[in-house]
Amino acid sequence: MNWRAIFAIVHKDVTLALRTKAVAMPLLIVPLILMVGLPLLLGTIVILAENVGMTSSDMEEIQRIIPASIQPTLAGLNATQAGLVFALVYMFAPMFLIIPLMVSSVVAADSFAGEKERKTLEALVYTPTTDHELLLAKMLGGWIPGVLVGVGGFVLYTIVVDLVTWRVTGQIFLPNGFWLLLAFWVGPAAAGIGLGVTVLVSARVNTFQEAYQLGSLVVLPVVFLMIGQLSGLVYLSLGLVLALGLLLWILDVLLFLAGAATFRRSELMARLS
Amino acid sequence: MTIVISTQGLTRHFGKTVAVAGLTLEIAEGEVFGFLGHNGAGKTTTVRLLNGVLSPTSGGATVFGLDPTADGAKIRARTGVLTETPALDDRLTARATLIYFADMFGVPKTEVHSRVDELLTLFDLEQRGNDKVGGFSKGMRQRLALARTVLHDPQVVFLDEPTSGLDPAAAREVHQMIQRMRQRGRTVFLATHNLAEAERLCDRVVVLAHGRALAVGTISELAARLNRGHRLLVEVDGERAQQVIALLQTAPHVTLVERTRDGNGTDHNGTLLRVHGAAREHVPQLIAMLAAASVPLYRVEPDEPSLEDVYFALEHA
Repeated sequence: MNWRAIFAIVHKDVTLALRTKAVAMPLLIVPLILMVGLPLLLGTIVILAENVGMTSSDMEEIQRIIPASIQPTLAGLNATQAGLVFALVYMFAPMFLIIPLMVSSVVAADSFAGEKERKTLEALVYTPTTDHELLLAKMLGGWIPGVLVGVGGFVLYTIVVDLVTWRVTGQIFLPNGFWLLLAFWVGPAAAGIGLGVTVLVSARVNTFQEAYQLGSLVVLPVVFLMIGQLSGLVYLSLGLVLALGLLLWILDVLLFLAGAATFRRSELMARLS
Repeated sequence: MTIVISTQGLTRHFGKTVAVAGLTLEIAEGEVFGFLGHNGAGKTTTVRLLNGVLSPTSGGATVFGLDPTADGAKIRARTGVLTETPALDDRLTARATLIYFADMFGVPKTEVHSRVDELLTLFDLEQRGNDKVGGFSKGMRQRLALARTVLHDPQVVFLDEPTSGLDPAAAREVHQMIQRMRQRGRTVFLATHNLAEAERLCDRVVVLAHGRALAVGTISELAARLNRGHRLLVEVDGERAQQVIALLQTAPHVTLVERTRDGNGTDHNGTLLRVHGAAREHVPQLIAMLAAASVPLYRVEPDEPSLEDVYFALEHA
């Protein structure tokens, strides 16, 4: 493996993606909204609700939807506090997966389809890299930012949630095992999914926007997961998070193999000829 | 003579379109080889096939004795390709572009910065090294792309229209660079529309049309194939032109004398004559004849076919 060339491509793709507004803005705004804005908003609402007072039936409704396995963690909290902690620590958890998925997908779209759009692909294919080295470099260039922004989002979320829960309950709840698994086991696997799908899509489209839009469809399963969790149909337990991570890693391997089997510079150039 | 590039019936189709058809040729080490043809003649496709970035439909090629389809990466490590469009990322500076490609081509780490500085100076970009390529003129982009092409001192250089977009001074620099590469034993594969450039620089050329090689050889070999006979150009005083035509037609070997224009199309008020049938060895005899008749004589020279004559004759054949 020509690691020097691989790192050169990764370094160039990541730095240039971060310098490009169309790429950098979603990478900045979406994590800020999801990981900072949303918990702050919920915390503010709860603090205000505490001041105006909630009815006992509201409290009972919140307590009713909290799964029994979580109840010990919430022991000693009143219904408002328990509802807040449940929402921030468990209910919003699938939302976190949007970040690594989206980030890797955006950077990969810029890296693959963007090369075609900017007409820089031809210089790249004449370098002494093999097809597999080129694919690996392009994939790492999307995956590393996905993982890093995901971990950064987790750290931010932990700080914001702890500030909110400290203010409301006098306790902090993050990081816990559930979130550590999410950030370091499921998140990187989710980044791989966003990346793999975008790589396959990018081979067939010619612009960053087309690749980004098609690649973005991978967040839909996460949205369904969130809806399922909010409606009480699914509950992301520790075991389920472990299994979800494993499933995503298996899908990652399959997507990588599919990419490696189909990614040929000769095919790319034939499409451009 | 070491053969560095060899093709045998190299063919590439795109659907029903034939881009390269049965190309067979050999290029020796240290040769400047011209690849001449109109747009779509198959020049760019051939460069892609030889570097293993496209696979042939049939036939094959070897570069440094390696098969481009199987050993493309090894071949590309020893070749440099100037693509038809500069293929530069507008968001990078000129210096960052060269450093990036130095890493890609494995230029020793300790030499990267000195090599980049050397090339920025050589291609007159040292003042703009830290500027983003997005703000560069077409000529500056072309010079930067050329610097990228020779960054790793490749053994074979493929240049696709290297002087396109360059001003005459920069074009002359490129020509000198090609000559220096030849002196250093590098092989240059020059794909161009510019026949004057090819005539000046190339040891041999191939003329391509619709993917087929119409002819391969040195320019004089191709000129000999035109078979239009010996000709001389004679420039005389305008007032005596008619008398000179009558006089020359009496000379041995001369079959026809006609008024003509010179190579760049200039009409010399009918004073330039083309003498058919007379060869280089007849020049002293004709000069003596005209001098004896006291004809003011400005020029007598063999009228050999230019590459342009050969190219268009082959294209129209």
